[in-house]
Amino acid sequence: MRFFLRRTAFYAFTAWAAITINFFLPRMMKGDPVSAYLQKNQGRISPEAIDSLRTLFGLDSTKSLFEQYIDYWQLLFSGDLGRSFSKGLAPVTDVIASAIPWTVGLVGIATVISFVVGTSIGAYIGWRRGSKADGIVPVATFFSTVPYFWMGLIAIAIFSTTLGWFPASHAYDKGTQPSFTLEFAGQVIQHGFLPALTLVIGSLGGWILGMRNMMITVLDEDYVTVAQAKGLRPSRVLVNYAARNASLPQLSSFAMSLGFIVGGTLVMELVFSYPGAGKLLLDATTAKDYPLMQGLFLVITLTVLVANILADVAYAILDPRTRQMEA
Amino acid sequence: MTTLEFKNVTKKYRVRGSGELLALDKVSFTLTSGQTIALVGQSGSGKSTIAKILTQLERVSSGDVLLDGTPIPTWGRPLRRYRQTVRMVFQDPFASLNPAHTIRHHIERPLRLDKVVPPDQVEEEVFRLLTRVRLAPEQTIDRRPHELSGGQRQRVAIARALASRPKLLIADEPVSMLDVSIRLEVLNLLAELQSEANLGVLYITHDLATARHFSDEIMVLHHGKVVEHGKADEVILTPKHDYTLALRNASPDPEKHFAAPTTPGATS
Amino acid sequence: MTFPNPVAVAAPAALPVHTRKRTTLSRLGQTFAMFRNGKSLAGLAILGFFVLIAIFGDWIAPYGPLDKDFQALRQAPSWVHWLGTTHMGEDVLSQLIYGTRGVLVVGFTAGVIATIIAVAIGVTAGYVTGWRSESLSALTNVFLVIPGLPLIIIIASQYENPSLLLISSVLAITGWAWGGRVLRAQTMSLRNRDFIQAARANGEPLYRIIAVEMLPNLTAIIASSFVGTVIAAVLGLTTLAFIGVIPITNLNWGTILFWAQQNGAFPEFWWWYVPAGLCIALLGMALSLINFGIDEYVNPRLRSAGERARAMRKKGFVLSDSVTAVRPRAAAVKNPSDLGVTDASTKH
Repeated sequence: MRFFLRRTAFYAFTAWAAITINFFLPRMMKGDPVSAYLQKNQGRISPEAIDSLRTLFGLDSTKSLFEQYIDYWQLLFSGDLGRSFSKGLAPVTDVIASAIPWTVGLVGIATVISFVVGTSIGAYIGWRRGSKADGIVPVATFFSTVPYFWMGLIAIAIFSTTLGWFPASHAYDKGTQPSFTLEFAGQVIQHGFLPALTLVIGSLGGWILGMRNMMITVLDEDYVTVAQAKGLRPSRVLVNYAARNASLPQLSSFAMSLGFIVGGTLVMELVFSYPGAGKLLLDATTAKDYPLMQGLFLVITLTVLVANILADVAYAILDPRTRQMEA
Repeated sequence: MTTLEFKNVTKKYRVRGSGELLALDKVSFTLTSGQTIALVGQSGSGKSTIAKILTQLERVSSGDVLLDGTPIPTWGRPLRRYRQTVRMVFQDPFASLNPAHTIRHHIERPLRLDKVVPPDQVEEEVFRLLTRVRLAPEQTIDRRPHELSGGQRQRVAIARALASRPKLLIADEPVSMLDVSIRLEVLNLLAELQSEANLGVLYITHDLATARHFSDEIMVLHHGKVVEHGKADEVILTPKHDYTLALRNASPDPEKHFAAPTTPGATS
Repeated sequence: MTFPNPVAVAAPAALPVHTRKRTTLSRLGQTFAMFRNGKSLAGLAILGFFVLIAIFGDWIAPYGPLDKDFQALRQAPSWVHWLGTTHMGEDVLSQLIYGTRGVLVVGFTAGVIATIIAVAIGVTAGYVTGWRSESLSALTNVFLVIPGLPLIIIIASQYENPSLLLISSVLAITGWAWGGRVLRAQTMSLRNRDFIQAARANGEPLYRIIAVEMLPNLTAIIASSFVGTVIAAVLGLTTLAFIGVIPITNLNWGTILFWAQQNGAFPEFWWWYVPAGLCIALLGMALSLINFGIDEYVNPRLRSAGERARAMRKKGFVLSDSVTAVRPRAAAVKNPSDLGVTDASTKH
């Protein structure tokens, strides 16, 4: 119980830190494009929108920093993240909400596939150490350091432009309306295949190598020898004894690498023009759409935090020691 | 003549989730230079806690520890001087030396730290100390711990402890992790060094036989309390407390091998 | 007096006769023992290759990176231009060579800065206890969770012409946390070791305990963390250059890809975009190999795992067999060292 309390306290602290950083971010930035924008578009913005923009960007110099901070929190709790300059003054929350599902879907599916496949391959290679299976190691190493975006470009060049098997961009065919039909689902899968494939291959190497190393360490433990001596089937020893223990550190390194995965996806979306949060951020940066940028940073950070929490919970469920042990 | 006094020392540890652990319960004893007291007890009886308090790695919860009548200092230069006077030899020869450093480093550090000899005589002193613990200095001095055997490492640990010319030595189970065949050698070395420098030695052990052989007094610790304390022979031959009796009977006695076991605790 | 005649002790414990000469070189060799295996050496060799190119780029490159040859636009590799030309007639090979410097400088600077921060915070967090340790740990975890690339993008987009130092610093700030966390864990386990307790009991001052007693035992982890950070910095830099967030005045491999992307190099002009990506992958691989080498040094099980299994296989044993067959001539394996098992702990 104490364990969960401590973890909750930690996550609350991290969330607070992220929000506070987000508060200070625009105030540290140079110039004041927001005021300029506001002046240019005087008549077209509602007073509430102007107010929220003021709070977000500290344009209200009459209030103290602390008061601005409180206002900021109030604004967040009311779900208002300002208006997007580049999206016709639509509320930032709406703009982000339409993009996040694509990113979460793409990253989520790709990461899970990559983790599962990579861990399994790594477990197998570790099991059959010293055999020809070890030859995968240099290959995996190579792929683990190939930049995601470059692989994406190559994938497009080969599979899309040259072979024409898959479309090169976007999440669904142009002109189609998103709907819960099978046909639409088909388009989503077709468009999502290349980006997902690139993500999977790019991160596969890391999982394979990590799992292999863990397996080798675990297989030297006495309890594995006992399991074998008991006469258990090799497959049972591999899965229930060795892999099960070796995959725990994998899970925790998964949680640690989430920030990195987000980075890779960002660029992936640029390359494939995939309408996710990443591409949105890059577009916003180019367009100097500060409200959108700020809102996106916050949402991405909180999403990573949630994913971390889930990974931690999974780890606690799988490893009985964490519930008793204090860090 | 140096005296170390433990007066009604109590040590409590706070354990997360389950309250307090009473490690020492009003422990009192006196250690004088030239004297050896054996501290006997099972794992968890508080022996190591006493050692930690004596080296000021832990503080007492209540009670006093007095060196020559004055409470031992807790910080600053007085603490440094205290640390020069009381030194410890650790139990695990494999863990008590830093794997990254040479033997020279291990012995030099206390010499330099406590300015035992002027800097130009340090090397000479290191050689002297190593010879004193029966190690060949030229062959040992530039090696790293993993290149030495357990017995050799423990000798280095003893040399390190003696470097600052302490008056009192705490030997925390100095031979329990060594091969049985070399235990006697190392204990004899300690005995020699003790008589040479008139050290007071607190010999912590769970082995009654060596306790009796090497010490003037034996103190039996059970769950943090001193349950028996007296002259070595008396404690062994005529134990007054049940626990001491049980300890004594648990020691293997080659002569009992052919006789029928007389008490439940005896091993045949 | 307590002591009956001590048993006569034999002559001083003699050590095996082979006393090595402790030259500075051999001592240096010991510090860098972590690099003395196949994988590390291969990685160091490749890295060395890139470093040489970075240093001597000016002399090696056949053309300047922005020299335009209007006779040869978008040309495939030829003897005149080994890796072909861009849409403006620039030599791709020269661009790659000049770009190496940008990548390595930023990568290593970021690595150094990040490692300094990681060591400072991680080791301190591991040595102190209680709330001090917890709060430093919380700080580390915050940096771990906040996604680096979005932060860098937002910060970098603020500056017109960020200096190399600024870019390196930003990469370092977003990348130190991983190493910091590992160092904290290692320091915590080191702290409870007897030799640290002995140093404390001997009155060693705190700064000496950390710097002289602990740090030498942490070098492998620090090295591994450094290499890992350099990899991340290199990938981060090239990604940022590719996106266009970093101005093109800082030439690196990512910039080449940026230009390629902007000027319609895909998919036909493969010589323009393939080599740059390959270089990034190759450098990353070299660094990863170095890290593997360090890993194997730290965890000897990894080192001998493959060798032992192969050696056993030669004798007809398979490690993953569920049944150990009883061989009629089991006495054949007389000498354990046949199996390639070297177990240092059996030395006494």
